[in-house]
Amino acid sequence: MAMMPDGPDEARRESTALADANDARDRAKETLVPAIGMGVAPLAALGGAAPVALDLSGARSRGISEQVVGIVLWTCGAISLLTTVGIIVVLVQQALVFFAQVPVTDFLFGTTWTALFKTPLYGVLPLVSGTLMITLIAMLVSIPLGLMSAIYLSEYAPVRVRDILKPALELLAGIPTIVYGFFAVTFIRPDVLKPIFPGIGPFSALAAGIAVGILTIPLVASLSEDAMQAVPRALREGGYALGATRLEVAWQIVVPAAFSGIIASFILAMSRAIGETMIVALAAGSKPQLTANPLEAMQTMTGFIIQAFSGDMVVGTAPYLSLFAVGLLLFFITLALNMMSHWVVGKYREVYE
Amino acid sequence: MSLRTALGPSALGMTQTEEPSNLAGRNTKASVVRKVLFLATAFAILALGALIWDVTTSGARWLSLDLLTNTASRKPEQAGLRPALLGTLWVIGLTALFAFPVGIGAAVYLEEYAPNNRWTRLLKTNIANLAGVPSVVYGLLGLGVFVSMFSLGRTVVSGALTMALLILPVIIIASQEAIRAVPSSLRQAAFALGATRWQVARDHVLPAAMPGILTGIILSISRAIGETAPLLVVGAAAYVTFNPSGITSKYTVLPVQIYEWARRPQQDFQDLAAAAIVVLLVLLLVLNATAIYFRQRFSRQVKW
Repeated sequence: MAMMPDGPDEARRESTALADANDARDRAKETLVPAIGMGVAPLAALGGAAPVALDLSGARSRGISEQVVGIVLWTCGAISLLTTVGIIVVLVQQALVFFAQVPVTDFLFGTTWTALFKTPLYGVLPLVSGTLMITLIAMLVSIPLGLMSAIYLSEYAPVRVRDILKPALELLAGIPTIVYGFFAVTFIRPDVLKPIFPGIGPFSALAAGIAVGILTIPLVASLSEDAMQAVPRALREGGYALGATRLEVAWQIVVPAAFSGIIASFILAMSRAIGETMIVALAAGSKPQLTANPLEAMQTMTGFIIQAFSGDMVVGTAPYLSLFAVGLLLFFITLALNMMSHWVVGKYREVYE
Repeated sequence: MSLRTALGPSALGMTQTEEPSNLAGRNTKASVVRKVLFLATAFAILALGALIWDVTTSGARWLSLDLLTNTASRKPEQAGLRPALLGTLWVIGLTALFAFPVGIGAAVYLEEYAPNNRWTRLLKTNIANLAGVPSVVYGLLGLGVFVSMFSLGRTVVSGALTMALLILPVIIIASQEAIRAVPSSLRQAAFALGATRWQVARDHVLPAAMPGILTGIILSISRAIGETAPLLVVGAAAYVTFNPSGITSKYTVLPVQIYEWARRPQQDFQDLAAAAIVVLLVLLLVLNATAIYFRQRFSRQVKW
């Protein structure tokens, strides 16, 4: 319906209006009973046919209110576009002011981030490496577990088990991230990781990464499962008919057929992990450093933004402006990943009749 | 028999007679993998269980009516959530006021009005991408536009406007799906009776799509209630001892209060944070249960 072109519709509307008017006039003439509802009674009573020019059917006001409503609804749609424009304008504008004070190359390739110190250095690499480390750990948790859950739910689980597990996964997805952050600090680190790695500090990339991983499991699981459910039944039955076991059907037929959707779910989970804020703000610490040791404290791009706002922040100063430069980088990375996931789905989707 | 000739006369015969059947091994493998897959799925549920156990055992000591009625305090025994709960109510109420009409309007435009052209495709791509923008970036947007440019300051209204933009894509996408599920025969019947486009949308499509839209709305609200990062950026205050008095009042919200407590090193405040998390989770559970109730109740009434 939404695709209906405007042209014919416009014509239809006008012809309806005409029909209304003619109809009303005819009835008034025939019966001489005042057609009060039509608004033509006084004219008919005067003995003349209602002048054609005087259209009292309400079609015109209907047309105008239609147009007004159309414009209002169009504006609602445009607001969403304005949001994107707003994000880009605000981030770029403030980042440009920042880059007038700090050269772009120092920002992108510097290896020390001490924005909130007395002698600030703005090399974003430690924040980027912290973000990548936590994202990597999260993906190591959520990709295998999410994909296995999706295969189980889509191909194995009996209906009754599925009816319990799926809502439970959705529940997991609905828990606020601040709660996961608290969970990482008060449970994952002391009760799970400390016995295995006695040297782990109070804040660590590992604890934060695992929590982000658990957070993204439902995302991978539900998007991958949707992709697998979309694989036609005939493909599975063909596999069974050739004597394949359930595992062979799942792994060699369904997963390859749903591959584009599965990859898209991985990319979206990655983008989500990169943008995740409250878990890392609580569990990863606030020490930006270039290190490959996941047991140490790190700071991510998002973690820095939150840390900066937990203290006093003077508008217009370099540390304040650096937030927007970091935000811009974050925005572009996640935007690129999101667009990539849409592209993967569009480009590599297997189409079945 | 073309298969037989293609493979050569002996190919099929060989697999049948000379190679031993591997079916038993394959079946064992399949059943082992089945158990592994089940365990992987169960892991997420176990994590959920551990999380709930963790917060309830830590927070149990502080869970009382005093927690709900007291204000923020330096002393853990006197600390409570009243300003945070009222702040959440103010911010979310206002967010809903801004976001619902615009979100549903945009969905109606995209599904019922928009012609299939480049502008519409741009809008749709844009909404999909907006849904993936990290929430903290919305915070920076709100800081730049509402707090600074419009000079609204660090108030309830700038927080609510920021939050409204954040949940807008969620509402639009959910409403679009609900509207798309309304059969087109309903629209055609209304058009055939001379209804205008808006009459069709208002009197027929929207009522039929309402359960789906309501579900999406409630889910977006529960997302907004749990969001912390954007409100920290647009300036929910850390230490609030008074009730928010209006839309230009300073404020704090439940998750920001949790963050402030969880950040403190003292065990008592950590446990207070856990208690506040229990309150937050119960609130979200009630909302989600309502969403499920709506979905069940209305989907039973409408039959196509």
